[in-house]
Amino acid sequence: MKEINAILTIAHRDLVKLFRDRTRLIFSLIFPFIFIGVLGSSLQSNLSGELGYNFLTFVFVGVLAQTLFQSTASGIISLVEDRENDFSQEIFISPVSRYSIIFGKILGETLVAFAGVVGILVLGVVLQVPLDWARLLTLLPFGLIVALFGGAFGILVMANLGGQRTANQVFPFIIFPQFFLAGVFNPIQNLPPVLLFLSRISPMTYAVDLFRSVYYTGTAAFDKTVIFGTLVNMAAIFVMFLLFFSIGTILFVRSERNR
Amino acid sequence: MDGVSFEVKGGEFFSLLGPNGAGKTTTISVLTTTLNKTSGDVKIAGYDTETHASDVRQNIGIIFQNPSLDINLSAEENVRLHAILYGVFPYRPTYTLMPEAYKKQVMELAELLGISESIHKPIKTFSGGMKRKLEIIRSLIHKPKVLFLDEPTSGLDPASRRSLWDYLEEVMKNENMTVFLTTHYLEEAEDADRVAIITNGKIEMMGTPNSIKNKLLEDHMTIDAKNRSGLKKELDSKKVNYSGVGPFKVSLKKQRAQEIIKNLDTKLSLLDIQRPTLEEAYLQLIQQKIHEGN
Repeated sequence: MKEINAILTIAHRDLVKLFRDRTRLIFSLIFPFIFIGVLGSSLQSNLSGELGYNFLTFVFVGVLAQTLFQSTASGIISLVEDRENDFSQEIFISPVSRYSIIFGKILGETLVAFAGVVGILVLGVVLQVPLDWARLLTLLPFGLIVALFGGAFGILVMANLGGQRTANQVFPFIIFPQFFLAGVFNPIQNLPPVLLFLSRISPMTYAVDLFRSVYYTGTAAFDKTVIFGTLVNMAAIFVMFLLFFSIGTILFVRSERNR
Repeated sequence: MDGVSFEVKGGEFFSLLGPNGAGKTTTISVLTTTLNKTSGDVKIAGYDTETHASDVRQNIGIIFQNPSLDINLSAEENVRLHAILYGVFPYRPTYTLMPEAYKKQVMELAELLGISESIHKPIKTFSGGMKRKLEIIRSLIHKPKVLFLDEPTSGLDPASRRSLWDYLEEVMKNENMTVFLTTHYLEEAEDADRVAIITNGKIEMMGTPNSIKNKLLEDHMTIDAKNRSGLKKELDSKKVNYSGVGPFKVSLKKQRAQEIIKNLDTKLSLLDIQRPTLEEAYLQLIQQKIHEGN
């Protein structure tokens, strides 16, 4: 029970911090706006004839997955920030399992990511993206999975980074190429071998494809938009989550203890 | 660290002193389970720091050298986070929903420290002294058996230091806690039950502040007179152990001040009895170490 209370209070702290940080709230909407509003809209107007599905919807669903994955992953940066201003001492000296601490952190950043998704949905309405709301609703539990997955990925990356400066410099290089390799706003049904390999080892690929496989299930566009099925994506995510989470936590705790 | 071994009894006020880089923070880190030891055994409140780290953590409170508060949260939110992490109270999303016992405890502590008005304010607005006090409130909320203070007053102005110590003394009296202190302000360690001085990762000396002072320095008094030559003659004739050409520094190692003065007829213009401070003793030891090193 103590561990659950600890997880909840650590997660609670992240949500409180988000609502006190207005600039972060606004910034979390700028990227989705560029992807959907600018990129998606222009490609839809120029290419859509031959695709056989609505490109704007395709990008929108991709951006939802990408946001949940990335927001949680980058939220974990705040662990590095905590380390820098010595707050992590307070948490790591408490009689709480290290796994609970990290899990609480991921849960908190997941809630933060969902707050961002609400903003994107509003954006979708404003930009008049053709959306099937019933299908979007079925994405909800999968959204949780994608966010937790992103958090585990974030832990693994952060555990290997020293200070916040390094984190801020390195993180974009790790996350940005994945936008393209995962096909957030570009179809990746056909790729040259090198890109195919990179695409398949990008964790975000499975997050984005999971979302599309659920959203497009049973529709004519399924074969054109989805690479793997839901089950394959779930299995891949499950395995990677366990790996990232355990290795990341062990590395992070070790770097805390040997500091 | 090399062969550092000591035992601190329950309720004792123990102070670890030493120059920068001597190993004080390393010692505290090992004792508080944040750093792995390379060899040896460490037990806190009866628990091994490695095999029972969680039990050790439950039983200790720490004031770190650098403040470890979350500046985005209010003072009360910082305390609440701590209380929940230590399992003292269950998680509730807001202060209002927290159990009455929690509210009562927080308010009592805040009042004691005189920060009850700012308890719901973001701690960004707090002064260094207030932050320190808040950390102490926070560390006491789970009623630790051992309180570690790692240079708790560094960076505080004299008034804040004084008031922080007034409060700490109060706490030590009421809670019967074991206190483990490291500090560079040696007068803070004068009241310690025992003191250990550490240099280069080794304990050089350990004992009560008085025994350490007696080992390193002796009590002395300084006297002077308008008639210096008269006083000097008198001191010589009465075989008083002294040094200097005036004012005279008289050792009180073998004779008590009262006996010496009673026997002097010359009218004194200066009389100053000096008990060595822990700081003087400490500096003496460090200087000896430097000499040995050379």
